[in-house]
Amino acid sequence: MVEGSRSSRLLKPSRDVGIVGYGAYIPQYRLPASEVARVWKAGSGGLPIKEKAVPGIDEDVITMSIEAARNALARASVDPSEIRAVWVGSESHPYAVKPTSTVVAEAIGATPHTQAADWEFACKAGTEAVQAAIGFVGSGMARYALSIGMDTAQGRPGDALEYTAGAGGAALLLGPAEESLATFDGSYSYSTDTPDFWRRANERYPEHGERFTGEPAYFKHITAAAESIMESLGTTPADYRYAVFHQPNAKFPQRVAASLGFRPEQIETGLLVSVIGNTYAGSALIGLTAILDVASPGDRVLLVSYGSGAGSDAFSLRVTDRLPGHRGRAASTQDYIRRRTEIDYATYARYRGKLTG
Amino acid sequence: MTRPDAVYILGVGLTPVGEHWQTSLRSLALQAIQKAMGEVPSLRPGALYVANMLAPALSGQAHLGSLLSDFAGLRGIEAVTVEAAGASGGLALRQAFLALAAGAHDVVLVVGAEKITDQVGPGLDSALMASGDSDYEGAHGLTPTALAALRMRRYLHESGAPADALSGFSRAAHAHAVANPNALFRKEITGEDYRNAPMISEPVNLYDAAPVADGAAALLLARGAAVRGEHPRPVQVLGVGVATSPVALHELRDPLELSAARLSAERAYETAGVTPDAIGFFEPHDTFTIYAALAVEAAGFAARGQGWKMASEGRIALDGPLPMMTFGGSKARGDSGGATGVYQLAEAALQLQRRADGNQVLEPRLGLTQCLGGTGGTAVTTVLAGA
Repeated sequence: MVEGSRSSRLLKPSRDVGIVGYGAYIPQYRLPASEVARVWKAGSGGLPIKEKAVPGIDEDVITMSIEAARNALARASVDPSEIRAVWVGSESHPYAVKPTSTVVAEAIGATPHTQAADWEFACKAGTEAVQAAIGFVGSGMARYALSIGMDTAQGRPGDALEYTAGAGGAALLLGPAEESLATFDGSYSYSTDTPDFWRRANERYPEHGERFTGEPAYFKHITAAAESIMESLGTTPADYRYAVFHQPNAKFPQRVAASLGFRPEQIETGLLVSVIGNTYAGSALIGLTAILDVASPGDRVLLVSYGSGAGSDAFSLRVTDRLPGHRGRAASTQDYIRRRTEIDYATYARYRGKLTG
Repeated sequence: MTRPDAVYILGVGLTPVGEHWQTSLRSLALQAIQKAMGEVPSLRPGALYVANMLAPALSGQAHLGSLLSDFAGLRGIEAVTVEAAGASGGLALRQAFLALAAGAHDVVLVVGAEKITDQVGPGLDSALMASGDSDYEGAHGLTPTALAALRMRRYLHESGAPADALSGFSRAAHAHAVANPNALFRKEITGEDYRNAPMISEPVNLYDAAPVADGAAALLLARGAAVRGEHPRPVQVLGVGVATSPVALHELRDPLELSAARLSAERAYETAGVTPDAIGFFEPHDTFTIYAALAVEAAGFAARGQGWKMASEGRIALDGPLPMMTFGGSKARGDSGGATGVYQLAEAALQLQRRADGNQVLEPRLGLTQCLGGTGGTAVTTVLAGA
């Protein structure tokens, strides 16, 4: 096997691309992890998070993607008819066959002169759509492309994942660097065949390999992707004001950040899992939106996603002077976190359709 | 000096117990075999005895005798798999001992190998419970942990011991694993850790139960007559005793006696011509702390209901009168199913060869190892002596 040279592994479009608009969405309901522990008699020690966001009974990945996309458009001030791609990454698409993306595109006014497609790669379907949009815009094929990572994650009742399987995500509108709030220095993808977590066709809930989801899966891929992109760009953790890593629970991203040489202050702004849960395809992207809500011009941000199966996408970003003037045009990520209605397990079970007779 | 008719362990091979997701069963076994054979490269084994209980269920692989001997470059030799659940390792040593003592072979290999962590969930639980009585226990949902819990509850009730009476076994195992590079959990635990541990199946808590993980260990054995010249550190197999009792817990007349363990120990002592007070250290099969306590009583080191005091009084530390689980035992080295008995023997051999480094017991005289199948339906007890 011939390995590509270091520089050729970096993904770099022929013209510079950035984020011209971004938007988050988190549903308002919260299920405390202690509620899950109460019902399943699991004790209170070592809960993986504090609480997770739960979608309302009339919400799904389509409605939530539209909310996030509208926030992105509000910040960008772009005419939606100029968007040439609407891509939604999720593992909770409402339909098995029928795109989420066409409904979203229609709702935001991007139809009909647009590409539309749904992406699937476990928790990195959203960043996969971002990689593709960088290519679409960076090649000059399109001026704007909209990439969304959004999930209403499934956790089997009583499974360890039920504590964390949350709902939410973010939309990024990509466009020319000169119009951007943050620009991409470059990106990188690392993929292997690693069966750590999966959901078979027609199955309602995913299965996982328990401890196999750790070292050979999450840690191996995120570490490799982060190290590779920093090596290619000649950067070190000290060059980044902020970093966000896929956040399936609170412990994993903290541990991988420390092992890569990042300090807790660099990841705390984007580390939201303890208060919204693991938003799967939205998890890394919503960490980024929380960072963009507060970052200053010149700040650099490292984002590394992880999707089971398995792979990681890594992005190195630089905030531009345009960000402060645009970010106030839509609700911030923290606004959504503050909009909180606590529910009990029974209400959660009804909202999530777990009481089917 | 070696005696022509006696049986000796001349080489040992140990691999770390752990989650070997990148290593297949045959590769793991090969690592252990190569280490053991590498200790005396001039000896070529005539037979291979494989200890394994889980490969058919978890790896879809039976027929390990042929598979592993061929993979180890020993194509053509006599080879067989020996299975008696957790006692497989000791029983493989028994077959090796008989073959050598009978003069059927001059040199043989024993390898215990298990690949456990590639599977999770109900499939793994079922495979582990195959050590019990399927019709009367497994089919009704009993698990090895639940069976240990029934016995531990009865033991605490009858002996009047305190709730944390068995914590000493777990603490000693963890303390001894710290210096063992092949151990899964190389960290000490405190009495407070034990008292605060999550309950698994009351009264069995997290620190009463040994973790299961992948591992392989091997032994190179020979008749004294085949040992040319002076081997620096031969370890003699003085006696091996094998015994059985009912597999199902409810069939036992007295659930607080490990009768197979007692019988096998008596047979081993008799063959070896020794009594329990001659034993310098003991490697019991501590898959659950209750079995360590019951094993102490069955092997004649404590009276009925008194075994727990061995650990609570600190007598089983490396510098105590009867060190136990000297490399961490199943609790902290990790339990590798049918391979565990081979780990015990290899570790005891290292003690008697004074090669145990940070785990070395003082003045090792005779070593005793004992492995159990299931809840004690098969027991193999071995007495080993240094040169």
